Amino acid sequence: MRSLLFRSLIDGSAVVAPPQPGSAAVAELAQTLGQQARACLGRSLAIREVDAGSCNGCELEIHAINNPVYDVERFGLKFVASPRHADVLLVTGPVTWNMRQALERTYAATPSPKWVVALGDCAANCGVFAGSYACAGAVKDIIPVDLHIGGCPPPPIEILKGLLALVAEMKK
Amino acid sequence: MKRPVPLAAAALTAKLKAGPDGFIRLRIDERDWIGLAMGCAEGLQDLLALWVDDDAAHMGLGVPALKLRIIVSVPLKHGSFPSVAKNHAAAIRLERALRDLRGVDPKGLPDQRNWIDHGKWPSPPPSMKKGAERPDTSYAFLAAEGEGLHQIAVGPVHAGIIEPGHFRFTANGEAVVRLEERLGYAHKGIEALCRGADIATAARIVARISGDSTVAYSYAFALAVEAALKWRPPPRAILLRGIMAELERLSHHVNDVGAICNDASVVVLHAHCTLVREDILRTSNQCFGHRMMMDCIVPGGVATDLSGEGADVIESLLMRCGAGFEAVVRVYDEAPSLQDRTVSTGVVSAELAKRFGAGGHVGRASGRAFDTRKNFPYAPYEELDFTMALHEEGDVDARVWVRIEEVRSSMALIRQMLKLLVPGPLMSAMPKARAGEGAAMVESFRGDVFAALRLDDTARVANFHARDPSCFQWPLLEAAIEGNIVADFPLCNKSFNCSYSGHDM
Ligand code: SF4
Repeated sequence: MRSLLFRSLIDGSAVVAPPQPGSAAVAELAQTLGQQARACLGRSLAIREVDAGSCNGCELEIHAINNPVYDVERFGLKFVASPRHADVLLVTGPVTWNMRQALERTYAATPSPKWVVALGDCAANCGVFAGSYACAGAVKDIIPVDLHIGGCPPPPIEILKGLLALVAEMKK
Repeated sequence: MKRPVPLAAAALTAKLKAGPDGFIRLRIDERDWIGLAMGCAEGLQDLLALWVDDDAAHMGLGVPALKLRIIVSVPLKHGSFPSVAKNHAAAIRLERALRDLRGVDPKGLPDQRNWIDHGKWPSPPPSMKKGAERPDTSYAFLAAEGEGLHQIAVGPVHAGIIEPGHFRFTANGEAVVRLEERLGYAHKGIEALCRGADIATAARIVARISGDSTVAYSYAFALAVEAALKWRPPPRAILLRGIMAELERLSHHVNDVGAICNDASVVVLHAHCTLVREDILRTSNQCFGHRMMMDCIVPGGVATDLSGEGADVIESLLMRCGAGFEAVVRVYDEAPSLQDRTVSTGVVSAELAKRFGAGGHVGRASGRAFDTRKNFPYAPYEELDFTMALHEEGDVDARVWVRIEEVRSSMALIRQMLKLLVPGPLMSAMPKARAGEGAAMVESFRGDVFAALRLDDTARVANFHARDPSCFQWPLLEAAIEGNIVADFPLCNKSFNCSYSGHDM
């Protein structure tokens, strides 16, 4: 154990260079973020992830942005265990009817000001699950959305770009 | 009807030949149907899946020792068929789901509560039998009574980055007296979406049943379609499928070992494992164009080729991965504080694993020597050589070791396949559309995925059913946690790593 810990200290860093905030994300946020919303939270955001019915592919890539390569915490972004601690809800999946109420309640439990990021194609438009009797709709059909990050699933670097755009816009 | 007696599938099928997919198909009467269910309960055969198509209920059964797989069908009578669950508990949730989704009545089903239908759908599933009654969706959790018991309700939104599901713990102080799961939150109506879809559309939907097993599901779907249409994929595609499937297994096993250590508070091992995993995903992306290789396996072959350099890229990935992962294994093996958490925690008895036909690391850590790649091998595994990981203890530690050994065998399998790879086409032309049936089983990292498909004469999907390995693992988690402390639940849960989306469909 000790040698592994030691090696971890001297092996050098695995981290990727910070990407530029995604330009599409910046454009979308310019539309959605109100003036009041920008009343700064500093550079730090607490994120609560909500799986509203995803296939779990999106979750895997959200996990990946927490790995030492993407290391999302270096940007002041931290995943928290309760919506009551959160500034941002990161929602995946087509919202299933069976998850709709839980999503609405999670949104209600999140203190304002709050932002919602819809992650993945399913969250944006139900993806391949569109038209199912079991899907209530895209995330924006259920709660207000500030930012979409597309992809099936979005690769971690794209998730980072989107979230960095959110932090950057908030600083303005 | 004469009193049913326990029946071995082998006794019914002595003279019958299996179809191109390796399954014997047989229509039987209700007495034999019940007899086979009783036979499952006695361990004469494993229940593989249970579904409804057209006017019949179908049951997939397996006898690994005889390499025998059979699909038996019994006609529905006024929308009902004799409950399998009445004799064989592993079928309870399958039948509850069938009631919700198909409106059929498994006569004698011991648990009449709904399962997938939470009473939220504005319209009934299109697969519901006309005029069928929708189940009562008020839901009563099982009662647990006794002095000092309290309940803890968790979910469907969990504290971590996890899929949605509800857990109801009844605890006595720290010790869990009962866990009851409530699932179905991620139900997306996948079987109904597939019905009527063309093959390509259905393939994309099936690839998203459970994102972490996307390769395995695409693989199973492709095999089922190919069996139905008598379609033969080219040799190169077969090997590339195997390579992708093993890369997928590798990425999850490595990650799970790390995540289990993380839940035992050894964060540094988790960090190391996520680095190895990231390396695998990047390599997959570089070689096949998608980090999780989604939609890379398609009926008829594969959608992306591996370049000449690609083979070298994978070789060097295996070198790095091997070194990185073995460093983690050494620490795991030598850290008593870690094993203090995992050894004898969350035990699943061999008896239970066998009765529920639990696949994957859950079964193989509890002495159930079943791996689809060995017991019901499909191309390319017939020509590959590996040893099945098998442990007896049934605890978290045993599930970790099964994964560790499978990481090693996956790497060896990939090397074998890279050696066998010959140049050639990636797809073969689709045969003329015809009606047909096909079933398949594929070993995902989590266990055996089952898929059964019926195509109509225009080669559109007339019916599709998939059964995730989690369906027979979730119930065992309830048993594994009993008597453990509440704080060890994350550890037990992670050591199972069941799919919610795959179960809910
Ligand atoms: S966007 Fe893709 S990966 Fe994400 S939940 Fe939907 S199907 Fe799964």
